[in-house]
Amino acid sequence: MSFLRNSIKLLRTAPVAPRTFRCFSSQVKADDPSQFPGAHAPFVSAPTLTLPEAVAPIPIYRVMNREGTIEDASQDPKLSQEVVEKMFRSMISLNTMDKILYESQRQGRISFYMTNFGEEASHIGSAAALENKDLIYGQYREAGVLVWRGFSIEQFIDQCYGNCEDIGKGKQMPVHYGSKDLNFVTISSPLATQMPQAVGAAYAFKRQPNNDRCVVCYFGEGAASEGDAHAAFNFAATLDCPVILFCRNNGFAISTPSHEQYAGDGIAGRGPAYGIATIRVDGTDVFAVYNAMKVAREYVLKHNKPIVFEAMAYRVSHHSTSDDSTAYRKAEELEVWNTVESPISKLKNYMIKKGWWNEEAETEFVKDIRKQVLKQINVSEKKQKGYYGEMFQDVYEEMPKHLKEQLKQLEEHVSKNKQHYSLNEFKSK
Amino acid sequence: MLSITLKSLVRRQFSTTPKALAAKTMTVRDALNSAIDEEMEKDERVYILGEEVAQYDGAYKISRGLWKKYGDKRVIDTPITEMGFAGIAVGSAMAGLRPICEFMTFNFSMQAIDHVINSAAKTFYMSAGTVNVPIVFRGPNGAAAGVAAQHSQCFAAWYAHCPGLKVISPYDAEDCRGLLKAAIRDPDPVVFLENELLYGVSYPVDEKITSKDFVLPIGKAKIMKPGKDVTIVAHSKAVETSLLAAAELAKIGIEAEIINLRSIRPLDTATIFNSIKKTHHLITVEQGWPQHGVGSEICARVMEDETFFHLDAPVWRVCGVDVPMPYTKTLEINALPQPKDVVQAVQKILGKKK
Repeated sequence: MSFLRNSIKLLRTAPVAPRTFRCFSSQVKADDPSQFPGAHAPFVSAPTLTLPEAVAPIPIYRVMNREGTIEDASQDPKLSQEVVEKMFRSMISLNTMDKILYESQRQGRISFYMTNFGEEASHIGSAAALENKDLIYGQYREAGVLVWRGFSIEQFIDQCYGNCEDIGKGKQMPVHYGSKDLNFVTISSPLATQMPQAVGAAYAFKRQPNNDRCVVCYFGEGAASEGDAHAAFNFAATLDCPVILFCRNNGFAISTPSHEQYAGDGIAGRGPAYGIATIRVDGTDVFAVYNAMKVAREYVLKHNKPIVFEAMAYRVSHHSTSDDSTAYRKAEELEVWNTVESPISKLKNYMIKKGWWNEEAETEFVKDIRKQVLKQINVSEKKQKGYYGEMFQDVYEEMPKHLKEQLKQLEEHVSKNKQHYSLNEFKSK
Repeated sequence: MLSITLKSLVRRQFSTTPKALAAKTMTVRDALNSAIDEEMEKDERVYILGEEVAQYDGAYKISRGLWKKYGDKRVIDTPITEMGFAGIAVGSAMAGLRPICEFMTFNFSMQAIDHVINSAAKTFYMSAGTVNVPIVFRGPNGAAAGVAAQHSQCFAAWYAHCPGLKVISPYDAEDCRGLLKAAIRDPDPVVFLENELLYGVSYPVDEKITSKDFVLPIGKAKIMKPGKDVTIVAHSKAVETSLLAAAELAKIGIEAEIINLRSIRPLDTATIFNSIKKTHHLITVEQGWPQHGVGSEICARVMEDETFFHLDAPVWRVCGVDVPMPYTKTLEINALPQPKDVVQAVQKILGKKK
C-alpha cells in the first residue's frame, strides 16, 4: 500500500504551501532540542535504550477500601444518601437481572446472554458522573449504564426476547441494546468498531457551537488489541476530540488473560504514547470511578481533548453464555472477587457504616427485583413477536422495489396459507 | 451530441491531448470536484476526510481547492488508517454529520470494510430505523494503468452484494456530477466507485448538467446509444469500451444498444429488460472478474424474469480475465475487456461472421 501512496505523491506533487508546524515553539534553540518535525526531543551522546521497566506503571486511583472506608476524606465525593442508594440499587438490580436472564438462556428461553458480574461499579460510577446527554458507545458489557439512565427491566427483557415491544424491533441479538432516547448507540458485535466511531461522533459534537456533550466509549482490554483501537486513540489525539476512551480492564478476553494480551502497562500505559491524558482507577470502587469520571468529563469538554480511562476490575462472569470459565481459572481465584473485592460488597459496607442500609433492606430489595424480573420474563415471553414484514423494513430509508415486491409476495402467501402459520404469535401490520 | 461523444472517444485513442470540442466540456475530475464543492456549500454538515485530501488537494486532486475554501474543520487530512477514518466517518454520520470518506483507492478500502459493511450498511436496520448513516465512501476503483495486482481491481460486486449499501459506478462527467450530488444528499450509505483513468477525460456537458440543482436518480440506468440488434450493458470504463465496440459493430451493420448502468445497487433491471425485449440479445461488459460479478447478477435476474423468454441466444459476459492483474503492459491490456472482445462476443451470439 505504501509503495503506491509514495509513487502517487512523487508523480503528482503540486506546489503547495509548506505546512505550519503547530507544535514548534519559537524559543527553541537552533539545535537543542532537535528540529525534526517528527519528534520534539533533546539529543544525548550515548546510545541509550529506553527500557519499559524504567517507566513507572500508572498508579491506580482508589477512594474506598474493602471495608467501605474512605481512606482520604478529601476524596469523599459527599454524595447524598439518595444518590448513593440509587447507585447501590442499580448495581443490585443489574446483578439480580443478570442472574435470572443467564439462567433463562441456560433453559433455552433466549439464545444468548452476557452478565456483568464484578464490573457493576465501573458502569454505575461512570454513568453517574456523566450527563444523560453524553453519548455512549458500549462494547456489550455495559448494561449498568443503561440501568442508571432508566432503561427499564421491561425494556431489557423485551430486547432479550425480541418481542413486538422491543424498541429494537427484534432485529438485534440479546444484550445488543440501543436507545436513541437514552443516547446509547446500538451495540455492534465486531470488537472495537465502536472505538473510531465514538471518536467520529465526538468530532461531530465538537463542531457544534457551545458544545456541552462528550462521548464515552467503553471497550475491554482485549478489544484494545484490535487495529481499530489504535486508530481510535490516534484519531482522538490528532483530531482533538472530546471523548473518554473507557477501558474496562477485567483481566480476561474470553479465556485469554491480560498478561497474554499485552506486555506493557495495561491500556493506560498507551495513553501518553499517543499524546492523550490518562487516568487509571480501581474499577471495583464506585467512588473512585465516579470522581475520576467527573474529572475526565470536565477535562475533555474544557480542552476538546480525549482521555484514556482505565478501570481495573475482574470479570467474575463467564465471557458469555457460550463460555465456561472454569476451564481456565480456579474457583478460589474467583472467590476473592466475588466476596471481599466485590464492588457491591464494598459499597454495601460503606452504606451500612453510614446507617443507610442493612441486611434486611437488601434481602427485601433483592426479593422485590427477582419478583419483578421473573414476572417480566413471563410477560415478555408471552408478548407477540413483531409484524413479520418488519424483516424488510429499515434496510434503507425508503424501501427499494425488490424488497417491496418480496414483502407483497410474503403477505399474499401468508394470507393464502393462514392455516399453516401460527399468526397469532405475530403482531399484525 | 451522441456522434460528438463517439468521435471524441475514438479520437482519444490516438491522441492524449484533449482537443476543444464544439460543445462545452468538463473533466470527470472537475465534475466530482464541483459536485463536492456545491454540496459542501449547500449543507454545512457535509465534510470530506481522507488521506491527503486537505493541503495536498487529494492524491488525485479531486478535493482541489476545498481546503482553501472550507478549512481544517471540513476538509480533514487523516493519519494513514483506513479503518480509523472510515470509523470516524461512520460515527460522525451517526451523530448527524454527512461525511464524504475518500479512499485513496478502493483497494485500500479492504482495511475498512468492517466499518462499511458491518456498521454503515447495517446500523439503520440494527437500530430499528432510528439511526441512519448518511455517508459517501468514494475513490478510484478498478484498473488504473501499470500498477498491477494490488492496485487494479473492481469492487463493484463486493459492495453490491450487501444490503443496506447503495453502490454507484459512474462513467462520464454527467454521471459523476449528478450521482455524486445525489449520493451526498442520500440518507443511506453510498459506495461511489470512480475510475482513475477517466479522471482527466473531458465529456460534453450542457447547462442543465452544470447547474447547481442537477442531480440524477440513484438506481436508474442510462441508454447511451439506442440500437435494435443487441443490448450491451456496462458500467464505468467498460461503457467506453462498449461504445467503441458499438462504433465497430455499426460498420458491419449491427446496431447495438448501450446501457450505462450508473447504479449497481439498486440495479435498474427495468431498463435492461425493456431493451432485451427489443433486441433479444444481451452482452454484459465489466472490468471486474467473472465469478459472482455484476454480469452474473444480471444474467440471474434475466433468468428469473419473463424477459428470459425474449432472448434468442444465451447471454455472454465480457469480463476481466480471472487472474490477479499482471503488471506487464501487454498482459494488462489483455486482462481487461477490449472493444474487439465485445465485438467478438456480439458476433458470436448473433451468429454472424465477418
